[in-house]
Amino acid sequence: MLLLRRLAQGVVIVWLAASLTFALLHLAPGDPVRATLENPLTPPVVREYWVQRFGLDLPVHQQYWRYLASVAQGDFGFSFPHHRPVSAVLAEALPNTLLLMGVAIALAFLGGISIGIIQARRRGQPLDWGLGLGSLFFYSMPDFWLALMMLLVFAYRLRLFPVTGMFDPVMFPVMGFWERVGDVLWHLVLPASTLALLAAAAVARFQRAALLDVARQDFVRVARAKGLSEGRVLRRHVLRNALLPVITLFGLALPALLGGAVFVEKVFSWPGMGTLTVDAIGARDYPLVTAAVIVGSALVTLGSLLADVLYALADPRVRLG
Amino acid sequence: MCSTRSPIRACGWGSVHVLAWLGCTALAIVAWRAALGAGARPEAHVAPWRIALARLRRNRAGAVALGVVVTLALVAALAPWLAPHSPIEQLGAAATELPPSLAHPFGTDFAGRDVLSRTLYGARISLSIALLAILLASTVGTLYGAIAGYYGGRLDELMMRGIDAALSIPRILLLIAVLALWGEVPMLALVLLLGLTGWFGVSRLVRAEVLALREQDMVLAARALGARDREILRRHILPNVISPVVVAATLGIAQVIILEAGLSYLGIGVRPPTASWGNMIQDGSGQLASVWWVSLFPGLAIVITVLAFNILGDALRDAVDPRQVDG
Repeated sequence: MLLLRRLAQGVVIVWLAASLTFALLHLAPGDPVRATLENPLTPPVVREYWVQRFGLDLPVHQQYWRYLASVAQGDFGFSFPHHRPVSAVLAEALPNTLLLMGVAIALAFLGGISIGIIQARRRGQPLDWGLGLGSLFFYSMPDFWLALMMLLVFAYRLRLFPVTGMFDPVMFPVMGFWERVGDVLWHLVLPASTLALLAAAAVARFQRAALLDVARQDFVRVARAKGLSEGRVLRRHVLRNALLPVITLFGLALPALLGGAVFVEKVFSWPGMGTLTVDAIGARDYPLVTAAVIVGSALVTLGSLLADVLYALADPRVRLG
Repeated sequence: MCSTRSPIRACGWGSVHVLAWLGCTALAIVAWRAALGAGARPEAHVAPWRIALARLRRNRAGAVALGVVVTLALVAALAPWLAPHSPIEQLGAAATELPPSLAHPFGTDFAGRDVLSRTLYGARISLSIALLAILLASTVGTLYGAIAGYYGGRLDELMMRGIDAALSIPRILLLIAVLALWGEVPMLALVLLLGLTGWFGVSRLVRAEVLALREQDMVLAARALGARDREILRRHILPNVISPVVVAATLGIAQVIILEAGLSYLGIGVRPPTASWGNMIQDGSGQLASVWWVSLFPGLAIVITVLAFNILGDALRDAVDPRQVDG
């Protein structure tokens, strides 16, 4: 039941995102569509494409239905700067973004949860205070600036990691499979750790609060009263319950993480959706920009659906039904 | 951020500063009235806001953060008097890309502009935009949440489903799409966009508070006395949700500063030559390896500002938490 309901909700969200982008395209003061049409330099092919794609000779509500129908079929239009359909361009970039975000999320949650546990165990001590200030410091940092500073220190100054890109453009074609994997991982270190640092700060803050919240509960006092060791109380009673809300955080943090990925990708020229989207702004590639909003919303929805399923698996009180 | 007598020409967009000033005044009046109202009550009890203020003063980190925020506001207001140069003055070909020195503590950028001066002026832009956007977001979010929570039922269900959906659309992608499609927008439109995409969280918070409040006896009593919904909302419900909204707004300012910086960094927020921390970082990012100071200092300004607002927000949350017992 829950699953069905969440799926229906996901469809509504994607519909909302598509409608929003449609409204944006039509309400834009410059009206990019009309500007393209009325520009005498626009080639007739492009003009015809726009008229056909948006059914510009039709009334607005019919244009809207056409737009929704094409989005539902995964057709986001044609990207002129890329000379390819938007869906093909995005399909190529999506795995790279997922790789970056996946590694970053894994690192962030491992690191953040550990820091949160250390803080909660040493509550009120200098270590708790220091780690708290440290995570708040990273939490307060703009993603793109941290990315630039990482680039400055670790790539330009210390020359420890490659400056940009996802692989070595010269050597990659002649590398063997494992060498290629190593090369991509090598290029992944800086962008993934930038993103992970920012996210870990949020996770640590959340985990510390969750642990302290659970530690106040009666069943923890009972466990202590039974004479269990402090470590056993923490592992079996506190931690198990305090990890549940972190699963929720995974769903909640996804939009911010995706936004962070946009900037981090751009700074490190990581060939993912973020770099594509930012580059599309300058190229006035409107179909791609609007498609990014829709695909991004779909990704977030899928992610929070995943979080819900995980939560239901972890917490016996919730049923997927 | 509250000054309008400065070289508005140099900033290029006076209207936003005027509005920020009006916003400050309005906030001051609201705070003043709340203080008066609380003080004039006949019962001999300590007003909650007084307890909160006392707690905030005892929270050392919070007090320091408040000091930093006040200082930043002063810096923004007094930028024309503090800055050694105008933010758009080009000091000549010999003064381009100078590293930090006594004459230019933060160095100069590719156009020979003093980075320190631009950073000081950048404070006005960032703080004005963030303050106005948050005022807008808090107002819209509070009203929306209060209506959903107070009337409940089907309406509430529908309104909150909308919020769930809106929260699933990544804010930065939406803003990028709007700004990319609409081209160069005036500052005020930027404020509107940041405000109108930032109220969903507040409305959830307010709704939860209102749901609890409307079941209280004072609301029942007011209704029994024949008070209308509007009056109950205005006199009994809304005053009681102000604290969580203020906490959320303080943390929200931090978020909006980062968002605006990000958009300006991408070249679609505050446009050059107007100095904003975001577009200054962009100015330096092309030659990061050689002229690192152009990107470093505005970034540090963002971190300090956002950190101060985050610490202040956390401290405020602890201070207004009624469950906390004073020792």
